[in-house]
Amino acid sequence: MSLDEARSAIGARFSGAEVGTGTPLVVTVSPGQWAELAAFAKETLGCRFFSFLTAVDWKEPGLEVVAKVDNLDDGLAVMMKTRLGPGVSTCASLTPIYRGADWMERECWDMFGIRFDGHPDLRRILLDDTWEGHPLLKSYAVDTPHPPYR
Amino acid sequence: MKGPIPEIPAPIWRNFKDLQEWELLHKTRPVDDKHSVLFESVTEGIHSFPGGFVVTTAADAFLNWARKSSVWPVTFGLACCAIEMMATFCSRFDVERLGMVPWASPRHSDLMIVSGTVTIKMAPMLLRIYDQMPDPKWAVSMGSCANSGGPFRHGYHVVKGVDRVIPVDVYVPGCPPPPESLLNGLLLLQEQIKHFKRTGQRAAPNEKVD
Repeated sequence: MSLDEARSAIGARFSGAEVGTGTPLVVTVSPGQWAELAAFAKETLGCRFFSFLTAVDWKEPGLEVVAKVDNLDDGLAVMMKTRLGPGVSTCASLTPIYRGADWMERECWDMFGIRFDGHPDLRRILLDDTWEGHPLLKSYAVDTPHPPYR
Repeated sequence: MKGPIPEIPAPIWRNFKDLQEWELLHKTRPVDDKHSVLFESVTEGIHSFPGGFVVTTAADAFLNWARKSSVWPVTFGLACCAIEMMATFCSRFDVERLGMVPWASPRHSDLMIVSGTVTIKMAPMLLRIYDQMPDPKWAVSMGSCANSGGPFRHGYHVVKGVDRVIPVDVYVPGCPPPPESLLNGLLLLQEQIKHFKRTGQRAAPNEKVD
């Protein structure tokens, strides 16, 4: 599936989606359509390679979850984004659709505190289990001494 | 069959928040190194005996010479500083001529060269290895990261100076310190060991920098 076909298919399927023009194809949907878009990208667009999932903290506008999936056969890359809104830190999990999203979402929970609904095993992956806070949030006090060793 | 894992007592070092606080303690450092009370009382007896000080000071000098001439560092490389540490151990700079053998077991070692960034996740393991070393033991903090956190000081995951975890005898600055710097630090350490007290107390930190 080519880039233009993918763009028109997404536009026809998701009415409220903002679809970019360049490559990778940037698609911004509402959080409610997040898992639906991923399923659509996998089944219809053929994006079977899960590249990465991360998040951005935009302070007042809230968190944004970003995931990139690739169709390696056709050279199609889709960057999926969703704005969770101010104060919201829950999002639908992509793990039932892409198994590769498992550890990425655990890391996202670790660093940003985003709770992925439907994730089978959501716990910290990089930091210690006893860690307080989520360090990549802008509100995290980096220089404040915390026990131990700080 | 193995028994339960013995619980390691909580180290007091984790209470230190900054370098000034640690330096304050370093000046009034308690008798940290374990030593035999019987041996101490016997040597005290000989020392107070008329003319006995000749024996004790000579024995002291001899023991400290032996200690300083066979400082075995545990190979504990954490980051890029470890490359410079390896270069120091290798033939070009060759610390074996100073009696140092890099040894892969903390049980046989006297010195820990903390070479590199200590993360908060690594700090308990570092402490455990340090606790496994027999007394008397020394520690060299090598590089900016181990001294103060270095360029990663404002990161969320870095211990801001290894002296918050273990007591440090010599700080080697540099990012990373070249082998010459580390060699200089090791020579300073040997100088300190030469003045190691009979009762196991530490010498005052060396005034000499260069």
